[in-house]
Amino acid sequence: MMKRKILTAVMAVSMAVSCLTGCGSSGGAKGTVTTDGSTSMEKVIGALGESFMERNQGINFSYNPTGSGSGISAVANGTCDIGLSSRNLKEEEKADGLQETVLAIDGIAVIVNKSNEVADLSLEQIAGIYTGEITNWSELGGSDGEIVVIGRESGSGTRDGFESITGTEDACVLRQELTSTGDVIATVKSNENAIGYASLASVDDAVLTLSVGGVLPSSETVLDGSYAIQRPFVLVTKEGKELSAAAKAFFDYALSEEAKEVIEGAGVVPAN
Amino acid sequence: MSKTIDKVMQGFFLLCGLITVGCVCLITFYLIISGIPAVREIGLGKFLFGKVWASTAKEPLYGIMPFILTSVYGTVGAIMIGVPIGFFTAVYLAKFAPGWIKKSVGFVVSLLASIPSVVYGLVGMLVLVPAVRELFQIADGATLFAAMIVLAVMILPSIINVSVTALDAVPKKYEQGALALGATECETCFRVSVPAAKSGIIASVVLGIGRAVGEAMAVMMVSGNVANMPKLFGSVRFLTTAVASEMSYASGLQKQALFSIALVLFVFIMVINFVLRKVTLGGDGAK
Repeated sequence: MMKRKILTAVMAVSMAVSCLTGCGSSGGAKGTVTTDGSTSMEKVIGALGESFMERNQGINFSYNPTGSGSGISAVANGTCDIGLSSRNLKEEEKADGLQETVLAIDGIAVIVNKSNEVADLSLEQIAGIYTGEITNWSELGGSDGEIVVIGRESGSGTRDGFESITGTEDACVLRQELTSTGDVIATVKSNENAIGYASLASVDDAVLTLSVGGVLPSSETVLDGSYAIQRPFVLVTKEGKELSAAAKAFFDYALSEEAKEVIEGAGVVPAN
Repeated sequence: MSKTIDKVMQGFFLLCGLITVGCVCLITFYLIISGIPAVREIGLGKFLFGKVWASTAKEPLYGIMPFILTSVYGTVGAIMIGVPIGFFTAVYLAKFAPGWIKKSVGFVVSLLASIPSVVYGLVGMLVLVPAVRELFQIADGATLFAAMIVLAVMILPSIINVSVTALDAVPKKYEQGALALGATECETCFRVSVPAAKSGIIASVVLGIGRAVGEAMAVMMVSGNVANMPKLFGSVRFLTTAVASEMSYASGLQKQALFSIALVLFVFIMVINFVLRKVTLGGDGAK
């Protein structure tokens, strides 16, 4: 019995010691960074937050996925440090003293099966396909075949981005609603009449990426804005209001060289 | 001394039992508490009988009739395909197959039972869906029909295993009696053994229904997952997949409505379990 008690005591002490050393090894800035906004940015912000906290152990990073609109008003009200928006700020929002810094650009590729003869579609044609006005590939210069329209589940950031740019919100007539980028690509790969969309970074050679209005999506065409189906991921701050040391550290880190790899890893193109 | 150990161990076993009961109670209460508010807000009639589900539209609609009907049709279809196959396999294994075939097929069946549902879904997505498309000359193979086939295969192990056990348990003297009276082997099997094992076979079907209703992952990958009213060769969404596909991004009333769907699903499963208990306890089986 006695032996066990001693053992317990030894374990407790060693645990306490390891705790102390754990705390001691951190350092640098301390505090919290709160971000609030776009649900589409969840992946990139999550990845950035994680790698940021790894580098700065004293800082606590939080992200509240509420949507671009509420994120922007949260910065304006001062309830968060940095707002996240997956659209550019409107003029009246800028007039309210908000400042935008483009963190990254999200390009959405439109993909079809490799055997498809159609290689280019205009934004209007894509919208026509997704709203069910165009139902056969022969209407677009391809071979005869009913178009199988593949989309993402409601709530998906890619769907939200795609539908807002093509102007097809709440109007899409889908044949399949899949829950991941991988599923979309696999389905388009296996069905010669399918069309789908996926984040640019995750598309590979298994499917054919369409050019939109004559422009093929790539990091360059997304960055220079010539590729149409894209949107910015914006960090929103308040002009004239000093960021806390922790928030400043995150802001700088997000725009730094070393964060680029993390941003690319999340499937979007770094803006700078 | 040994009595104290007995007492202590009994207490420990009781605790283990209570953990299980506690989990069931916790899930039940949680589902009821989190499932009721959305039903209240939407209205029970509109929720259960509404034909349109558009949870993220500007004016959201939360009607789950398409999901309920899809789950019912899908399960009925799976039973119609799976039960004959499973039943006759079980009859063959229990009454006609030589020992080594019975052993090896039994092994394969238990292997089928242990394949993860995501693997069923993957194979279904890459093999079955294109095959359905080719076979029926339709634009896309991700349909209710494909989901029925996947579910039918998934419920085979429960139907076969439980039915074989029930048929094996029929006393030999029943069959010997029938044979002695001049019945053929087939007559003996279907007129004597099968009726004697009736309650076990029905239980196997109910178990299969339970598995089919509750399956999410595999059907999500082959059914197209669009909230349409069910058509055999159309894209459909089940009760289970409705919850699974939207949960990760849902918020507000949408999230609460997903809990309500889970509650409806839970009620389905409760009813099925209740029926199963009735069948296995109330039947005059040959156990």
